[in-house]
Amino acid sequence: MGEMEQLRKEADALKDQITAARKAVQDTTLEEAAAGVAVVGRVQMKTRKTLRGHLAKIYAMHWATDSKLCVSASQDGKLIVWDSITTNKVNAIPLKSSWVMTCAYAPSGNLVACGGLDNMCSIYNLKGKDGNVKVMRELAAHTGYLSCCRFISDTEIITSSGDCTCILWDIETGTQKTSFAGHQGDCMSLAVSPDFSYFISGACDFTAKLWDIRDGNCRQTFAGHESDINAIGFFPNGQAVITGSDDATCKLYDLRADQELITYQDSSIMCGVTSLAPSLSGRLILAGYDDFNVNIWDSLKAERVGALAGHDNRVSCIGVSADGMACCTGSWDSFLKIWN
Amino acid sequence: MSSNIVAMRKIVQQLRLEAGINRVKVSQAAADLQQFCLQNAQQDPLLTGMSSSNNPFRPQKVCSFL
Repeated sequence: MGEMEQLRKEADALKDQITAARKAVQDTTLEEAAAGVAVVGRVQMKTRKTLRGHLAKIYAMHWATDSKLCVSASQDGKLIVWDSITTNKVNAIPLKSSWVMTCAYAPSGNLVACGGLDNMCSIYNLKGKDGNVKVMRELAAHTGYLSCCRFISDTEIITSSGDCTCILWDIETGTQKTSFAGHQGDCMSLAVSPDFSYFISGACDFTAKLWDIRDGNCRQTFAGHESDINAIGFFPNGQAVITGSDDATCKLYDLRADQELITYQDSSIMCGVTSLAPSLSGRLILAGYDDFNVNIWDSLKAERVGALAGHDNRVSCIGVSADGMACCTGSWDSFLKIWN
Repeated sequence: MSSNIVAMRKIVQQLRLEAGINRVKVSQAAADLQQFCLQNAQQDPLLTGMSSSNNPFRPQKVCSFL
């Protein structure tokens, strides 16, 4: 038997082993376990603010940790930092490349980052001495588009790319610290665990992977989706992962049980999920779809308990503020809306 | 050495790693998720709703004494 044949057999055996091990701990389902919990009552939120100013599709938004400021990225070639309460634009940053696909706010509030079809992640210092916002670093190494980026601190950022890898960067030196390879398709989205020790990535190979930030290893792989995973997030206790896919469903995977616990789907929903965010307690999952709506799911009961309708085009991004007080949606209609 | 074999070795190595992790029973995992949700429900403003006086995004009508 050739080595290739042997390796294939071993791979198949290991896959069967994993399937069996997952089944062995499947003594119940989340549906059964939560049977005694009542479904959340109808959730109704109103648009409290509309952030107007972008001139083209908005592709990404991210809240600052102060729950007041947020940053958005549009293919009009601008990053705008907004005061979501006054709706004032705090900064309007012109980008070298207008083909931006992601943006992020550093936890400190000092930096923002963005990237896209330029294959680079550009870091901007908001607190420069002369008051002007300038490019601080350009992180270049990916051989494909930048789909997502998230700061660990002012000195480290993680990026995901269409080149199927994720990278942990040292911002000060502008170099790669660790490369995370393993996905067999474009990486579309990433999220960092609440304790900053892990991150998860969702990709066009229909899987989500959990990575150890420090040792660079993939710890777990979650399959089940039938199409690209576009959106990913941690459940607020850091012990589960929520994914959103082109297959029109969201799924919740538990990290400790190493398996999917529940799927959020409805036969009337036939379009892809673009974005998602859990509420503070994790009980609600807000998911943006290609059909211009946001659906609100009861995470334990997998029932739709509300919707946010108000955009005139695809909802491309969504975020819940750190204090849980508001949800922000960004759309291809060029507007951001604040809801609660 | 064929790059296919190198790639396949990596795949097998990764599968070995993933096969070896400890798994918690779904009943335990589900109970913990449920408990987290219920324990934090009252502190979840999008879930419980809020009065306009507690809502930073809702402008307050200001009464002033003339």
